[in-house]
Amino acid sequence: MTIKEVEHQIIEEFALFTDWMDKYEYLIELGKSVPIISESAKLDSNLIKGCQSRVWLDAEFKDGRIFFKADSDAVITKGIISLLIRLLSGRTAQEILDANLDFIKEIGLQENLSPTRANGLLSMIKQIKIYAMAFSATKK
Amino acid sequence: MFLRYNWQLCFVNFGVIKLLKMKNRSSILNIRSFFPALDQTINGKKLIYLDNGATSQKPISVIELVNEMNSGINGNIHRAVHELSAKTTALYEGARDKVMNFVNASCREEIIFTGGTTASINLVAFSFSRDILKPGHSILISGGEHHSNIVPWQMACERSGATLRVLPLDDNGCWRMDLLDKLLDSSVKIVSVAHISNILGVINPIEEVIKKAHSLNIPVLIDGAQGIVHSKVDVQKLGCDFYAFSGHKMYGPTGIGVLYGKYNLLEKISPFMGGGDMIESVNFAKTTYAPPPLKFEAGTPNFIGAAALGAAVDFISEIDVEQASINEKEITQYMLKELKAIESITLYGNSPNKIPLFSFTVKGAHPTDLALLMDNMGVALRSGQMCSEPVMDRFCVESMLRASFAVYNTIEEAQQFIESLKKAIKMLA
Repeated sequence: MTIKEVEHQIIEEFALFTDWMDKYEYLIELGKSVPIISESAKLDSNLIKGCQSRVWLDAEFKDGRIFFKADSDAVITKGIISLLIRLLSGRTAQEILDANLDFIKEIGLQENLSPTRANGLLSMIKQIKIYAMAFSATKK
Repeated sequence: MFLRYNWQLCFVNFGVIKLLKMKNRSSILNIRSFFPALDQTINGKKLIYLDNGATSQKPISVIELVNEMNSGINGNIHRAVHELSAKTTALYEGARDKVMNFVNASCREEIIFTGGTTASINLVAFSFSRDILKPGHSILISGGEHHSNIVPWQMACERSGATLRVLPLDDNGCWRMDLLDKLLDSSVKIVSVAHISNILGVINPIEEVIKKAHSLNIPVLIDGAQGIVHSKVDVQKLGCDFYAFSGHKMYGPTGIGVLYGKYNLLEKISPFMGGGDMIESVNFAKTTYAPPPLKFEAGTPNFIGAAALGAAVDFISEIDVEQASINEKEITQYMLKELKAIESITLYGNSPNKIPLFSFTVKGAHPTDLALLMDNMGVALRSGQMCSEPVMDRFCVESMLRASFAVYNTIEEAQQFIESLKKAIKMLA
């Protein structure tokens, strides 16, 4: 599936929720079920520090694709991260660079990404793109 | 005569505020009716605004004065002879008189308008680093300070070669007064501490610190950002040399604040910024400065903000202090009882001298998640490091959740807060 297709799938999943509580309960569930990044990868160099919560992001380049692992100390943040990982991990650098991640707005989570919330999510997306840029440069 | 403030200038019916003096429980509900922002829904729920430690909502008298001034009474102060300038000057200088009376300064020249508490502290820190501080000198702050009472002093240290000393907190978030004598010696050239902590809500023993510092001729600056809202401040009685506070936390507008300073000190220290209005005479060889307070008010000041701060002072003066204090105590008791009853909660700042401000963590639930869920229930809270990383480090946490109450908050809101909190904790469990 392309990134766009997975985005569409996520939007459809969230369309089932009529109540904000159901939506957040789903995110909490996702947040709890994400494989936790190993303590050894929770390095300061992988830490994206926000005022609100911490996010760790680890990237690995394998067979022309980039694989991400991430974690956060806040479970809702982690739930949103898991959606991003589902979407972007295992993609090529170019696919990642081209993704505009419309689904975040579509499922009503854009307020989680405003820079003022400073919760590390926006920085995480930037960091994912930077990794993609770096790996695509190495490839060339 | 010119400087006398005339309410009729601003077409607003301030007489209604008199209604606030009602000696019963409904007076809090009555106070609420003056704050349009409180009457709204957030995410489809009735707003419960408990982030007053960050900023308060504004009463209608403040809002309307800002509107009246922007819509008509607008002319730059001090400089022109035209009617609008005379009116705004009267409002601006009238507000200075109101603030002088409010904090009981000994003269109006001791009240300097700034952009807020941060600007006030930076002003003093800059001037001290320029005029007084030298290598070998030190500055004493406490371990419970807001970043705005830490960073300006670190910058002053960088400029002057002085060092920063910190009076530590105990496990309850109170100052380690037993260490004060050791930290206060003749190398200390200024003590700068908070009246009330913005995280711990503890009312600090500033009187004792001022007394001890003064016995060594050390001046004291009090960060009154929270103190001005929750206590009756009398700067002459306190004896502090500087008292800094913001307008926006005390029902006034943003972008305006005050630095109270003892006149003889204000005369001595250098201005922070140069520009118009702060000078006596300018020529290319040498410029002489105007006396305080104008020496510290370079450029066009926020005269609308200052005038509206005057309206906020009027508003506070009309509040039935006794009733408000009963309400605050009731809320504090209720909150402490309920928060302590939830096993997973750790509360920071345990002192009998506490304002209704509660910072805590919940085992197994991140403050950001809780704040996000409770926002969806209409409850506005603060989560994060609350502009005080050193306090987070002291209590070995990354962040906290804070509920802070103001004069218009009701016990019913406290009850709804507890209910929402329990619901959010359950969702995250």
